Amino acid sequence: MERRDIVIVGGGHSGAHAAAGLRHLGYAGTVAIVCEEPDLPYERPALSKDYLAGEKAFERLLMHTGAFWEERHVELLLNRHVASVDAEAHSIRLSSGDDLGYGSLIWATGGRPRPLTCAGYDLKGVHPVRTRSDVDRMRLELETVLRVAVIGGGYIGLEAASVLRKLGKRVVLLEALDRVLARVAGPEVSRFYEAEHRAHGVDLRTGVKVDCILGEGGRVSGVRLHDGEVVDADMVIVGIGIIPAVEPLIAAGATGRNGIQVDEECRTNLRDVYAIGDCALHSNRYAAGAMVRLECVQNANDQAMVVAKRLAGQPAVYDAVPWFWSNQYDLKLQTIGLSLGHDQTVLRGDPATRRFSVIYLRQGRVIALDCVNAVKDYVQGRKLVIEGWAADPAALRDTGSQLKDIASWDRAPTPVADRVG
Amino acid sequence: MPTLIVKNRAGAERKIDATAGHSLMEILRDAGFEEVLAICGGCCSCATCHVRVEPSVLEKLPPMSADESDMLDSTGTRDSMSRLSCQITVSEALEGGHITIAEES
Repeated sequence: MERRDIVIVGGGHSGAHAAAGLRHLGYAGTVAIVCEEPDLPYERPALSKDYLAGEKAFERLLMHTGAFWEERHVELLLNRHVASVDAEAHSIRLSSGDDLGYGSLIWATGGRPRPLTCAGYDLKGVHPVRTRSDVDRMRLELETVLRVAVIGGGYIGLEAASVLRKLGKRVVLLEALDRVLARVAGPEVSRFYEAEHRAHGVDLRTGVKVDCILGEGGRVSGVRLHDGEVVDADMVIVGIGIIPAVEPLIAAGATGRNGIQVDEECRTNLRDVYAIGDCALHSNRYAAGAMVRLECVQNANDQAMVVAKRLAGQPAVYDAVPWFWSNQYDLKLQTIGLSLGHDQTVLRGDPATRRFSVIYLRQGRVIALDCVNAVKDYVQGRKLVIEGWAADPAALRDTGSQLKDIASWDRAPTPVADRVG
Repeated sequence: MPTLIVKNRAGAERKIDATAGHSLMEILRDAGFEEVLAICGGCCSCATCHVRVEPSVLEKLPPMSADESDMLDSTGTRDSMSRLSCQITVSEALEGGHITIAEES
């Protein structure tokens, strides 16, 4: 059986960054990445933005060139997935039937798009947005498609809707909950984005349940809602979240269910096995220690560096502040921190001006900010979040003063150790 | 196709050919400067592609946007030569220019 010192499963942001990080830190052992996709590691966020819009060629999405990986002796085993893991023997079995031994295993598989479960889910023209090939298929069809139904009002669905409007398509967006972005943002932000999408011509509906996807000759023709209404559509885009791709590792004895449970060093309960990125369930300092999975590039990169450092012999723990971004139309949404568990929100600025922030507090302390076209607030609010500042809501609301000044005259922050738990 | 002289964090200099029309961040990334993380992929939403551009070149470039300037503030180490490389479109104006990859922030 062949063996590599480090085997990374998954060629997304976290897997690729771990490999590049190992080499940057001078790690000299053998490193291989096993990846289901046929392409070199690439920037996934662009899939629902510039790449879908046709504004960027795929080559410009590559995180590194083929030469980069070759020069650094990172072996890319593309087009293969892991069928099973033998944690005791320190080996994985690939879909090809080959076994590959490892010294350390980094599980960086992310997730697969949560599929619709209703009738018609498999009709031609129903698309997830997770991989390059998903978007390539959509782009081919888009030439002849006029009406698109987007199911799911999260980042993916909203970003796709924004691009599709720019491409001149008729777009209906269907969200099951009573507001878009419900999982990640407060109501003020949701209402603002709903209004923006409607102003840009999206028929955006909240609180609507999909009954089934209708088809004609094997191809999607519409979406039937629970109340019987049929929304005509030549294409359906499904953006209803991901399911962590963790089955082989769970079957091998890893702890976890919705993700692989890891400690602050990204170690699983299995010897020499780490998990990072979207699939890693971890206690996050910015969620008051709660176990969370974060689906974002920041988390993927920062966890990758923690493991790369450890395996290169440097101590490291994961305690980075989460941040996110989303581009829709001419709106730049930037989020710092996790609003999970907030008990108060402060609106800073007027949404009507299309430049404002929502500041989330828990027990009087700033835990997160959503900033729309408000980069200054995002940059300055970062300090409030990282240091856990308590701040007077009236002061936060006052756009006449900058957030960085609030921190200088308000109460001193509580040491982080006292806040977690 | 302008030629640039790029210095990494270790102080090593290398001459690279840049494709006009691409962003400086893309050029640095494709030339293998992995210190340029460019986590947001080049949409001015992070500051992990911070570089310093020599003044004589800097003055030939279009001025930076307010967003870029605000993002640069987050590095804590910006100076008069600081730019986000994703916001610079490579053109002949950069010919022979010295670029230094900024420290990690």
